[in-house]
Amino acid sequence: MINFNKFYKLFNLISLGLVVASILLLFFKGLNFGVDFKGGTLIELRSNDKNINVTSLRQSFSQMNLGDFNVKKFGNENDFLIKIEKKDTSANAIEVIKKDLISSLGGSFNFRRVENVGPKVSSELLKSGIIAIALSLAAMLFYIWIRFEWQFSLGAILALFHDVIITLGLFSLFSLEINLSIVAAVLTIVGYSMNDTVVIYDRVRENLRKFSDIKIYELTNISINETLSRTIITSATTLLALVSIYLFGGEILKGFSLAMIMGVVFGTYSSIYIANPILVKLRVSQKTILTEDTE
Amino acid sequence: MLYFSKLRITLVFFVTLFFIYFALSNFQDPENSFISKRINLGLDLQGGSYLLLEIDNEPVEIQKLQNTTTDIRNFLKSKKINFNDLRIQDKTIVFTIPIMDVGSVEAFFLDKESEINPYYNQYKSHQFDVIIEDSKFTLSLSKYGLIEIKTSSQDQALEIVRRRVDEVGTNEPNIIKRGNNRILVELPGLDDPMRIKSLLGKTANLTFRFVTQNKNDTFGTEMLQFEDGMSEAMVSKRIILNGENLLDAQPQMNNQTNETVVSFTLDRVGAKRFGKATSTGVGKQLAIVLDGKIVSAPTIQSVIASGNGQISGNFTFQSATDLALLLRSGALPAPLNIIEERTVGPDLGQDSINAGVIALMIGFLLVIIFMFFKYKIFGLIANITLLVNLFFLVGILTLFEATLTLPGIAGIILTVGMAVDANVLIFERIKEECKKEKNNIIAFDTGYVKSKTAIIDANITTLIAAVILFFMGSGPVKGFSVTLAVGIFTTLFSVYFIARMLTGLYVVRNKEKTKLI
Repeated sequence: MINFNKFYKLFNLISLGLVVASILLLFFKGLNFGVDFKGGTLIELRSNDKNINVTSLRQSFSQMNLGDFNVKKFGNENDFLIKIEKKDTSANAIEVIKKDLISSLGGSFNFRRVENVGPKVSSELLKSGIIAIALSLAAMLFYIWIRFEWQFSLGAILALFHDVIITLGLFSLFSLEINLSIVAAVLTIVGYSMNDTVVIYDRVRENLRKFSDIKIYELTNISINETLSRTIITSATTLLALVSIYLFGGEILKGFSLAMIMGVVFGTYSSIYIANPILVKLRVSQKTILTEDTE
Repeated sequence: MLYFSKLRITLVFFVTLFFIYFALSNFQDPENSFISKRINLGLDLQGGSYLLLEIDNEPVEIQKLQNTTTDIRNFLKSKKINFNDLRIQDKTIVFTIPIMDVGSVEAFFLDKESEINPYYNQYKSHQFDVIIEDSKFTLSLSKYGLIEIKTSSQDQALEIVRRRVDEVGTNEPNIIKRGNNRILVELPGLDDPMRIKSLLGKTANLTFRFVTQNKNDTFGTEMLQFEDGMSEAMVSKRIILNGENLLDAQPQMNNQTNETVVSFTLDRVGAKRFGKATSTGVGKQLAIVLDGKIVSAPTIQSVIASGNGQISGNFTFQSATDLALLLRSGALPAPLNIIEERTVGPDLGQDSINAGVIALMIGFLLVIIFMFFKYKIFGLIANITLLVNLFFLVGILTLFEATLTLPGIAGIILTVGMAVDANVLIFERIKEECKKEKNNIIAFDTGYVKSKTAIIDANITTLIAAVILFFMGSGPVKGFSVTLAVGIFTTLFSVYFIARMLTGLYVVRNKEKTKLI
């Protein structure tokens, strides 16, 4: 048996530090929103000319008077991703860019993907993304509250906040792009982290009924150990699937799978080191469960 | 508990076969396939264009206010009521009348049969809200009046958009309403939406009006620019003909001038009016005005009574074709703005499918190998379950002809990773029970019973996330929530029906074995 409970204090301090650092990052550095949430134009293009590179593209775009833009390589040798902040959704904006590009660089370009999001739509998408995440947290809180006691509900929700905030903090730290698929990833993280916490909580409750003389501090440790191999195996298979998406699933899914990988790692960690110490702090005991049984 | 009836085994077997068949029918030639159902590929996988259009209702509202103002003027004149200062101000109509007439005019506006201020029974509201201060009337469009304007212009716009898209001839376009002032257009397989975008961006409001030098024209005049933007002309506001009078329009080569023109045919009313106008107006210039710009202003040479005519104006064959198409499909009630566009080329779509399939295969393989090394025989059972689960998932998506997107594929891969969880929970529990319980069969049963709550709780949490994502997410992300949610059900089914049966059979055969798992 591993004594997880010996490190409750230490890891709680570390988590607290990470959460505070993440919040500071979110406040001062902010998130790198993609065109979905900020509006603007995204073009994924493939050139058939080997001489065309980021520098020459950047030069060519800077002559087009499009305001702030960003050019980067995207996967393949000749694939590039261009993001333009100017919100021009007029019918021929893309055609004009294509013509300008060909006239300044020659050759031909294949616009493999074009996304053009107007300011109104982007702010609506952002709003509905935030609502979706808030709603899912509320729904989880409610579900755990009816399935367990409020102490468990609080523990689970704090673990969720911990995971979501740290994942977003890492996205801020590395300036990774936040787009619609990241919202999907965050929601899935919420589901996964909850799932992991619930399995341990389920065992804690069972053990509270089974052992009438063991204090919660010890009891959480027993429960964590009993479910440990499941926790490890499930995290491992989920991570295997996610790493496979990250490595082979193409450029478009990279951000999504990366967010999920971070989320699974933190979700697994938090269901041990956030969810359980909270039960200890809240002095959960056999009595907590008893009230439920007599109802 | 460890007895599985023959009926149950057969049933599970056939259900499994059924879904495997559906799943595999996706890979068959649709012509030779017995079942023609297949998974729809989202625009991000098959390539295509997604356009979200917003109707700019402001001009419609202003038009409505102008029309009502005219109606009110005519009404007050007919009732011989002296009115003052009738005008439109900040989107309201204001006027003042003598105090003694206030009552009768008010009654007229609030009459449920009122022609000027229609009453909507379904909303229990008039089109206009009327405020009266002393003898001053202020009419503003009511909440439902605005809704009525929006929905009716949305209906009309939808029809026109459909006609225009159909004329261009893309395969299986999807054109639907969004909210009360938006239209969503999905064009599968279209990798360059340029032409459609420019066609949808035009209102195509066509009018024929005389060019005039007389500023005091009874109908009023306005200065309009020519399409080339170089020159302008004063045009009467009196409309001789508009687009609604057109029966047909076609691009044509004019043999004499070698110029591309758009020839048109007018309906009976239009032909009559056109004949009358040309007979009185020989020698005058007739401006052909499209969306507030003069396309051309030919001088009338002779009476045109046939109802056929030509529009010339520096057209290329393409632009003449487009103009003819716009004229045939009719004018939009209001301008449309493209507020969101997402286009994926077909080659990128294919690349995404390939990458998705490779990631799925590798992910699946990694999980299978891992499970086999961890649990041996039980791992094998989990793996068989996983494979069947995959067939179930794809089979159900096929059965409902769901739309598969790239995030949807990610959802399938993720399901592969998470689906083993239920089996792991059960196996671990059986393992624990085996330590206390000598009888393998009892240990097996207790393992299943005791792990149930954890499995259900764990899956419901994921389901909650998926459902919220389904309702809040858009487009490709929705596809992810669908596969994730369906994956939860197929996982539970395969774990409790297939894996349970297989483990059961194995445990019964090895009841005496000391180290079962």
